[in-house]
Amino acid sequence: MNAVSAAKAAPAPPTTAARRRRLGVPAALVPVLSVCALLLVWQVVSARFFPPVLFPTPVMVGKALVGEILSGRLLTDSVVSLRRIFAGFVLGCTIGAGLGLLMGSVRLARRTLDPFIQFGRFVPSISLLSPALIWFGIGEGSKLFLITYTTTFIVLLNTLGAVLSVPRNKIRAAQSLGATRWQLFRLVMLPASLHGIFTGMRVGMGLSFTTVVAAEMIAADTGLGYLILNSRLWFQTDVVFVGIITLGTLGYLADKTFQALIHRLAGRYAPTH
Amino acid sequence: MLKGLSLTIERGEFFCLLGPSGCGKTTVLNLLAGFEQPTAGAVRVDGRPVTAPGVERTVVFQGDDSLYTWLTAVENVEFGLRLAGVDAGPRRATAERYLDLVGLHGQGHKYPSQLSGGMKQRIQIARALVCESPILLMDEPFAALDAQTRSILQDELIGIWQQTGRTFLFITHDIGESILLANRIGLMTAGPEAGMKTIVPVDLARPRRRGDPAVGALYERLADMVSEEVRRAGALR
Repeated sequence: MNAVSAAKAAPAPPTTAARRRRLGVPAALVPVLSVCALLLVWQVVSARFFPPVLFPTPVMVGKALVGEILSGRLLTDSVVSLRRIFAGFVLGCTIGAGLGLLMGSVRLARRTLDPFIQFGRFVPSISLLSPALIWFGIGEGSKLFLITYTTTFIVLLNTLGAVLSVPRNKIRAAQSLGATRWQLFRLVMLPASLHGIFTGMRVGMGLSFTTVVAAEMIAADTGLGYLILNSRLWFQTDVVFVGIITLGTLGYLADKTFQALIHRLAGRYAPTH
Repeated sequence: MLKGLSLTIERGEFFCLLGPSGCGKTTVLNLLAGFEQPTAGAVRVDGRPVTAPGVERTVVFQGDDSLYTWLTAVENVEFGLRLAGVDAGPRRATAERYLDLVGLHGQGHKYPSQLSGGMKQRIQIARALVCESPILLMDEPFAALDAQTRSILQDELIGIWQQTGRTFLFITHDIGESILLANRIGLMTAGPEAGMKTIVPVDLARPRRRGDPAVGALYERLADMVSEEVRRAGALR
C-alpha cells in the first residue's frame, strides 16, 4: 500500500527548490554571477594583454573609484549631471506630454504641428549643440535646452501614439453615456494614455543621460561627461572607466526608481494590472 | 453598406437583429447609437432624429475593450452617473443596486482584469442600465463567452429586461439565442447591400426552454432562411 502511494507521488511537478537544484543556484544569484564572471575575464584579459593606459584592470578602476569618491570629485560631477538631466527631463516631459495630448485630442493642432514633429524627430539633439551654444552660452542654458529637446520629442511621440490608440469602444461607451468633450478627455483619453506617456518618459530619461554626456564633453567644465573627457586627455584611463561605470549605474538606478514610482502612483493605469 | 432598411421597434420590446456575419448588423447599431450618420434616410427615437450618441440610448459592446481598466467594477458601473454630476454617495448606492441586479453582489471592488469574460459583460450591462436610459443597444454581447456562461447570461438578461421594462435591441448571429430572447426577430439579408429580409414574431411563452419542440421548429424555419441568404449572397459574389 505504501509502495503504491509512493510510486504515484513520484512524478510530482518540480518544486521551486527542485528547479533551483537543476540550475545549481537560486535564480536571483544568476545576474550577480554573470557580473562576477565578466569582471574576472576583464581582469585576466587586461592584465595579460594590455598596458593599463589602454585598458586598466577592474582592480585599478576600483582603486580609482575609491580615489574619486574620497576626493569628492565624483559626487560633485554626478550631482551636476543629474541636476541637468532632472531639470531638462521635467521640462521636456511637461512640454512633450502637453503637446502630445493637445495633438491627440484636437485635430487642427495635430495637422498644424505635424510637419514640425516629423522634421524634428530626425534631428538629433547633439546636432543642435552649436546653435544652442550660440543662443544660450556655455553654461547651464545650452544643456537644459538640449535635454529638454530630447525628452520633449520622445515623450510627445509616445503620448500622441497613446492617445490615438485608445480603443474606439472606450470612447464610444463614454459618448453614449453622455460625456462632454472635456469629460471624454479627462476621464477616458487621459487615463487610457497614461501608461504610454510614462513609457515615453522612461525612454526620454535614458536619452537624457546620453545627451547630457555628449553636451558635457563638448562644452562644460563640470559633470560626468567632462570627467570622462578630461581624464582621457590626462591619460587617466582608469578614471574614464570610473565615469562610464558611474553613468551606467546612475542610469540604472534612475530607471528603477522611475519604474517603482510609476507602479506605486499609477499602477492601476497599466493596460493589464 | 445598408440599403432600403426600414424598421420600427416598439417601446419595451425585446428585438433581436439576426443575420449572417458581415451583413451590416453592427452598422444598424452604430446608426441607432448615433456613432455613425446615415447617408440617406433617417433614424428617429420618439420621433426625434438621432444625430449624436445620447444617454437615452446606451450601448453594450461586443468584447470587453470598452470597460475602463483603471476603474473598479463599481466605478465602471457608476461612470454614467459621474458624467451626469451625481454626488458620490447616491451614485455609489445606485451602482451597487445595479451590480446586484446583474448578479455581481460584493464584486464591485475588483478591477476588470480580475473578472471573467462573463462578469465583464455583466458590468457592461449594469453600466448601460445605470443611467435609466429607456433603450439598450447590445452588439453580440455574449458572442465571446463559453456556451455555459452564455446560456446563464441569456436567462439573466431576460430577467433584467422583465424587471426594468426597457426597450432592448439585441444583435446576434446565433439563431437559438434570438429565439430564446426576442419578442420579434428581424432577419437581415446578407451583403453587399444589406436590408431587412423579414420580421418574425416569436409568440412563445416565457420562460422559454431550449429543448421545447416549438423552439426547435422555429429554429429550423429561421435556419433555412439564413442559409438561403448566405447561399444567395455567395452566388452574387
